[in-house]
Amino acid sequence: MARRSRPASSAPGADDRLVDLTRRVAAIATELGLSEIEVESAGMRLRVQRASPTVPAVVHAVPAAAVSVPGTASVEPVVVDTVPPNVITVEAPMVGTFYRASGPTAEPFVREGDVVKEGQILCIIEAMKLMNEIEAKAAGRIVKVLVENGQPVEYGQRLFLIEPVR
Amino acid sequence: MFHKILIANRGEIALRIMRTCREMGIRTVIAHSTADAHSLPVRLADETICIGPDAPRASYLNMPSVISAAVVTDSEAIHPGYGFLSENATFADVCRASGLTFIGPAPEAIRLMGDKAQARVIAKQAGVPVVPGSELPLKNEAEALEVADEAGYPVIFKASAGGGGRGMRIVRDHAGAAQAFAACQAEAGAAFGSSEIYCEKYIEESRHVEVQVLGDRNGIRVHLGERDCSVQRRHQKLIEESPAPSLSAETRSGLHRAALLAAAAVNYVSAGTVEFLVAPDGSYYFIEMNTRIQVEHPVTEAITGLDLIREQIRIAAGEPLGYRQDGVRFEGHAIECRVNAEDPETFAPSAGRVTAWIPPGGFGVRVDSHLMAPYAVPPFYDSLLGKIIVRGRDRAEAIERMRRALRETVIEGVKTTLPFHLKVLTDDAFVDGRFTSADAARLHH
Repeated sequence: MARRSRPASSAPGADDRLVDLTRRVAAIATELGLSEIEVESAGMRLRVQRASPTVPAVVHAVPAAAVSVPGTASVEPVVVDTVPPNVITVEAPMVGTFYRASGPTAEPFVREGDVVKEGQILCIIEAMKLMNEIEAKAAGRIVKVLVENGQPVEYGQRLFLIEPVR
Repeated sequence: MFHKILIANRGEIALRIMRTCREMGIRTVIAHSTADAHSLPVRLADETICIGPDAPRASYLNMPSVISAAVVTDSEAIHPGYGFLSENATFADVCRASGLTFIGPAPEAIRLMGDKAQARVIAKQAGVPVVPGSELPLKNEAEALEVADEAGYPVIFKASAGGGGRGMRIVRDHAGAAQAFAACQAEAGAAFGSSEIYCEKYIEESRHVEVQVLGDRNGIRVHLGERDCSVQRRHQKLIEESPAPSLSAETRSGLHRAALLAAAAVNYVSAGTVEFLVAPDGSYYFIEMNTRIQVEHPVTEAITGLDLIREQIRIAAGEPLGYRQDGVRFEGHAIECRVNAEDPETFAPSAGRVTAWIPPGGFGVRVDSHLMAPYAVPPFYDSLLGKIIVRGRDRAEAIERMRRALRETVIEGVKTTLPFHLKVLTDDAFVDGRFTSADAARLHH
């Protein structure tokens, strides 16, 4: 059976200054409603691409009967049989490295139990040195964070379980 | 040597590459689409990573995704297989910029040979015969007619960015040339995003013969003999064999020399194939160079005893070839049949569920296939299910062996090209070794 990839080394050690800068640039992009922003200074170039609207996070409801079936669970070994039927799943829209926070010392974007608004940033997936912010497609309470900080994620991998709130 | 290689491909070639990596002690990561999540290569790989949804554009052709997959899995090199990103110079550039080794030639060589009009100029300058026709893309209809008249009818119009038989028109006389040129141009613009067209003399009853070359980073190059790929349908190869039957010693050695000249002209490194048309009188003309491993590489492996994937990996890791031309030995005769999920009469793709698969076996038979039963053939990719390769001491023995292998092969649930192969393997023209493009047309009608 196939095993999901796990690199031997830990995630690239992003230096605080760069992460802070990334966050500030991302904030400007959000403020101005830009999907992409690029800044250049002192021989360094930084491009921030927002996951929305060009790369929408894949969100779909977990079918009530989605219990792991032997032989078909090689890619998604996530146990979902304890998940209530109304819970929705946030999946990785791209391959990359999953970050729960904007920097090694920063607070996570979200924690289990938090209530998030639609469009709120849930995590960052770094792909080809681009920091892609993954947003919540619906408001709700974070039931479960399924991936550890700094872990590689593949396309379609489940990242969060969210219980919708009305 | 590399410790881990990402395989950016699917199907039989992904499995083929993985097998050699295993023997070399290299870990493999299979980058796959959602549609291939339960495929045989994914089941057998050391590691797997899903790079996107079923559409090739979003997965196997998605450069950022493939590169990210290599980075997050700590892969040192990427093997692109054939098709997808294998002949994409930009991808080779991006690999280089990302500190990953692209297992194949340098992007410069891919770029030079990827443009067919330019490749033709390079070949001609290197002293390799080319088919009479236009040197540069045709500017307009008037020039198209002029070049066609000069080359002599029949002529063929080809899209510069085309390939695999697409974007081509054969014209029999001056009267039909103008309309064919316009149609070809429109088709190329729509299909390849480039409406550059060139024109050349169409050699009738020609044979398609290609020469396998290998080059290392020290500029040592050898040829591994030729393959006859004349059995085609709609310009897609179906049966290949090596050595090519019924060639004079002069034509054969001329082809080998010409292939090495073309490869040297672009400082070619890695495995590559130089394709030629051979006319009934034994004259030959350069068509193009494929800057990747080819589907039909096992026939060359069968008669040389060399593992071409291993050679590609060794060369990419910077190892010297370690032998010269006189160290390459040719023994016996090999034939390959491509088993496609297609209707053998209409050649329409036949996607569906394979319910039974009994591969042939026995002495001198090799099967490269990702088939298993049950297996749902996804409709998103090419129709190749596998390849049956046989080796015999001589051509007659190889033909007998292939007939035997084809008859014992069972694939249920989808239509395949197996009946077509049996028809060819018992066809007089094929058995006599004089099968040409004209025979291929005859068998299809």
